[in-house]
Amino acid sequence: MKIAVLSGKGGTGKTLVSVNLAALAGDAAYIDCDVEEPNGHLFFKPADVVTEEITVKIPAVDQGLCNGCRECVEFCKFNALAYVDQRLMIFEEVCHSCGGCILLCPLRALTERDQPIGVIERGFSEDVRVMTGMLNTGEASGIPIIKKLLADVPAGLTFIDCPPGSACTVMESVRDSDYCILVAEPTIFGAHNLALVHELAQLFGKPHGVVLNKCLEGPNPSEQYCQAKGIKILARIDYEQELGVLNSEGLVAIRESDRYRALFASLLEAVREEVQHETALDPQR
Amino acid sequence: MKQLLILSGKGGTGKTTVASAFIKLAQARVYADCDVDAPNLHLVLEQESEPRRTDYYGLPKAQIEEQICIECDLCRQYCRFDAIRTEPVYTVDDYVCEGCGVCEYVCPVGAVSLHPAVAGELRLYLNHAVFSTAQLKMGSGTSGKLVTEVKRQMISVINDADLAIIDGSPGIGCPVIASLSGVDMVLIIAEPSMSGISDMERIIRTARQFQTKVAVCVNKYDTSPGNSEKIAAFCELNNLPLLGFIPYDPEAVKAVNEARSIVDVDCPSGRAVREVFGQTMTLLGDESGGGIRIRES
Repeated sequence: MKIAVLSGKGGTGKTLVSVNLAALAGDAAYIDCDVEEPNGHLFFKPADVVTEEITVKIPAVDQGLCNGCRECVEFCKFNALAYVDQRLMIFEEVCHSCGGCILLCPLRALTERDQPIGVIERGFSEDVRVMTGMLNTGEASGIPIIKKLLADVPAGLTFIDCPPGSACTVMESVRDSDYCILVAEPTIFGAHNLALVHELAQLFGKPHGVVLNKCLEGPNPSEQYCQAKGIKILARIDYEQELGVLNSEGLVAIRESDRYRALFASLLEAVREEVQHETALDPQR
Repeated sequence: MKQLLILSGKGGTGKTTVASAFIKLAQARVYADCDVDAPNLHLVLEQESEPRRTDYYGLPKAQIEEQICIECDLCRQYCRFDAIRTEPVYTVDDYVCEGCGVCEYVCPVGAVSLHPAVAGELRLYLNHAVFSTAQLKMGSGTSGKLVTEVKRQMISVINDADLAIIDGSPGIGCPVIASLSGVDMVLIIAEPSMSGISDMERIIRTARQFQTKVAVCVNKYDTSPGNSEKIAAFCELNNLPLLGFIPYDPEAVKAVNEARSIVDVDCPSGRAVREVFGQTMTLLGDESGGGIRIRES
């Protein structure tokens, strides 16, 4: 059972929700797909970490074999190749590793080499399996890391901490999930971005519910959005200094406070009920 | 024209809140929202008229002609993005296809062709100021290219203003890298938490790799004075100008929800951001950069 936690807007509490649910669930897994800014490991501080380097295929040219026919330059949709001053130049940072140039080089002057773009760290925090993708700084796309992370998801309950936004990286993280938890903050920014991920969840036909985080007194535009669209509200988490401090110190709230343990326990229960309900409706899932 | 880019690494630290305040304080004639994935700046900067809208074409998408396809499977075998579906017939998954053209190249019967695809919408507001923004289509890639288009659109209208203020996106990947190109200075909005510090270090490292001048300010500093001290120490150690501290302020949430900037109301965060703005303008105007043009580490 894979549960994706997403938000559209950054900083609404995706990591707070996914870390605490994974810590509470018992024998669960936590996968950090926010590879540009992974933070779950700062809370879990996993032990026995095994690091795997993630690479992509980048072309390398044998200048001695290249005759300057420019077929690869013309083929590459990403403008990752140029023939300048009798030399073929390769711009690694824009290469999408499609392998096209290698396929079509008539003189076989191009070969592929592995270029590291980041790592996956796998470890344990108590009974939680913690998997973290980390993109190297200066690299453009973390998609290959996300794909690799999601290729070997363990059986059992898994929480996927998604990147912010609604672009390709988020879609990749959500694609195979069974349920989506949308985390929203009580601002018009939060509501606007909630609408984006709500649309994404609907587009992929994923059952979903909302956690309203950082709730303050006064109107909550995200809550109004949920009511208008008839979206299930799974939990309300108030803005509280105590939770803020635990979070800023990198502590797992449910391991520190019985009150927060109870709060996230009722959220976990709500999620389990929703998922069972959905499974009953759609036995194929 | 000096270009100031506001970034944070971590999301939700206050980029848009600070950017909108700066735009008001500077009475900026030119500004842009480069968070094409989840743009919000337009929500707090009221515009009198509708924007000019232009479709944004990302990379083309492949299509398989069912009548011609002989189901030889070569396209699926060669596609590095697993974009070819085979049931009930061979088709291309638009959300996965990156438009590389390998399937078209390997198809022995010419059943595959590439077609232009709309991947988002550029929006240009021309009111009292030039405001360039965009919305990426759900699930699309090529957000970096759209960011480049947002900046190009901004500059195409006006390039003789003193200052352009650009709201960036979270993260360190392609949209952020695209937004860094050509800017004179990056202001990082840091948040005093373990996550915020980790993300700040990653975005600073990224900006350094592209040799951009960097300064830092701390938002919600009073939520963790200890971590704010750590950020100050980090800046000191790395010779990064620290331009000020903004307190956590529930009034800021109220202001945003009334579609107002924090400098439109009298509140603690608004007063603090004025201070940061003054410091930023001084630093941005200082051609020498105070020796902070950082070399690649």
